[in-house]
Amino acid sequence: MYDLEDLYQEIVMDHNRRPRNFGELSDPTNSADGFNPICGDQIALQLFIEDGIVSDVAFNGVGCAISKSSASMMTEELKGKTLEHAEQLFEAFRKMITRTPGEPYDSNLLGDLEILQGVSQYPARIKCATLAWHTLHSAIQDGNEVVSTE
Amino acid sequence: MLDVEKIRLDFPILTKEIFGNPLVYLDNAATSQKPRQVIDALIDYYENFNANVHRGVHTLSVEATDRFEDAREKVSSFINCESSDSVIWTRNASESLNLVAYSWGEHNIGEGDEILLTPMEHHSNLVPWQELARRKNAVIKFIPMLENGTLDMDQVDDLITEKTALVSAVHMSNALGTINPVRELAEKAHRSGAKILVDGAQSVPHMPTNVQELNCDFLVFSGHKMLGPTGIGALYVEKEILESMEPFLTGGEMVLEVSYQKASWADLPMRFEAGTPNIADSIGLGSAVDYLNGLGMENVREHEKDLTAYALYRFRKADLEGLDLFGPDDPNIRGGVFSFNTPDVHPHDLGTFLDRMGIAVRTGHHCAMPLVRSLGVAATTRASFYLYNTEKEVDILVDAVTEALRYFRDGPN
Ligand SMILES: Cc1ncc(COP(=O)(O)O)c(C=O)c1O
Repeated sequence: MYDLEDLYQEIVMDHNRRPRNFGELSDPTNSADGFNPICGDQIALQLFIEDGIVSDVAFNGVGCAISKSSASMMTEELKGKTLEHAEQLFEAFRKMITRTPGEPYDSNLLGDLEILQGVSQYPARIKCATLAWHTLHSAIQDGNEVVSTE
Repeated sequence: MLDVEKIRLDFPILTKEIFGNPLVYLDNAATSQKPRQVIDALIDYYENFNANVHRGVHTLSVEATDRFEDAREKVSSFINCESSDSVIWTRNASESLNLVAYSWGEHNIGEGDEILLTPMEHHSNLVPWQELARRKNAVIKFIPMLENGTLDMDQVDDLITEKTALVSAVHMSNALGTINPVRELAEKAHRSGAKILVDGAQSVPHMPTNVQELNCDFLVFSGHKMLGPTGIGALYVEKEILESMEPFLTGGEMVLEVSYQKASWADLPMRFEAGTPNIADSIGLGSAVDYLNGLGMENVREHEKDLTAYALYRFRKADLEGLDLFGPDDPNIRGGVFSFNTPDVHPHDLGTFLDRMGIAVRTGHHCAMPLVRSLGVAATTRASFYLYNTEKEVDILVDAVTEALRYFRDGPN
């Protein structure tokens, strides 16, 4: 009816209402905080990395449906993956979200994350979708610094 | 009474459609739309009078200078200045505030001196003072705010002491709509020898402003929020204070005599206007002032007060689950700014939903991060009205918010 379903797919709404891996790890090896000064969205991301593999991950914070579901789906996708794979996902996700209409993206690699492809039609919301991913990137690079979308 | 339907015809952009819906523009606190008259004034200038000002003997330059200074006169009478020499052109309210912080603050605020602000300041009336305080080891204090978003005036007498050098307060809050009793603050400040600055960015566009009656020492505002172009704003400074102030930027236009070693300063107001000014947009702002005077600022305020009362009534009647509406309940001390929080729907999602229905609102912290945080939220949704908004648009907004809350709870359909 409002042409909003591209953005707010049922799966997105579900992750928004019941975010997965929401909370904190007791003993993280890597962590980073992300902040979007435009809307005040905040995310705290924690990872447990063992032998180059993300064995556990959790996030916490406040955000809109897009940023929360993006973070939630990201954490589901990351568990058990290598750091190298995580970085590849980050690249592929960023490409998908910031692409111009018609431009292809790696849907095989992205799997379920493809649900968020509609965000690319809402330029004002791109930073919502990428906040968790930028924070991941910084956690892996092992800054314990705050990343900002600005 | 304003004839709003007739007024709307003057604003070309208001016929625009967004995703097939008529534009409902409710982001006026960020910037206002422009009437045809202002747009035409800009075109007229570039087509017929474009030349640099204060420089040439040729006809065009004389004409451009006349129009430029005429615009200053208009802005000056609009806020009831005694003399237009007290009106300095700037880019916007933010630049006006920085000018005061550097040209006045740097020389009049010292170690241990106090600057008294309100908790509802826009970052523009906060950060320049934080920076000045850091440079000078001065102290910033805040007048506490009550639950309803008004200032706790009972505490002001204790807060203004002989150490207070400046009281700087927003006249109308861009985040809450609160209209602050700045005249009373001016009286209290002056009684103990402090100066008072009024941030009129939201008040000058929406209500009559009289600097003599307010008795303020400084007033800042932006043209783009009052039907004028972007890139032009103004600073009023009380004459004696302005005479004593050092220049902000230096260079061409602001000098009297220059040798290879030194320079002396031009008279007011040019001493504070280095370089080629924003001629076209000053003239555009002059035309916006003509437009507002044509309607009458009393009428503009009355219209917005009625809209505010109606919106308060509609929001209350809609009885939206968990909706938190910030700011005072009394339209007499509130401008047409509606900031609210919906606990189950993030402002960003609400903003996107409303946009799809053609409704432009602002979501976020509205450049008042500490204030929005003190309300216990990360962001709010803000609808803000101007003279061309209607009760019907208030209905569209409230219905759309109701529908959005349902959509995010139950999903489509
Ligand atoms: C109360 C208030 N003060 C200052 C400003 C700064 O205005 P500008 O961005 O035009 O400098 C604004 C603009 O949002 C405002 O609402």
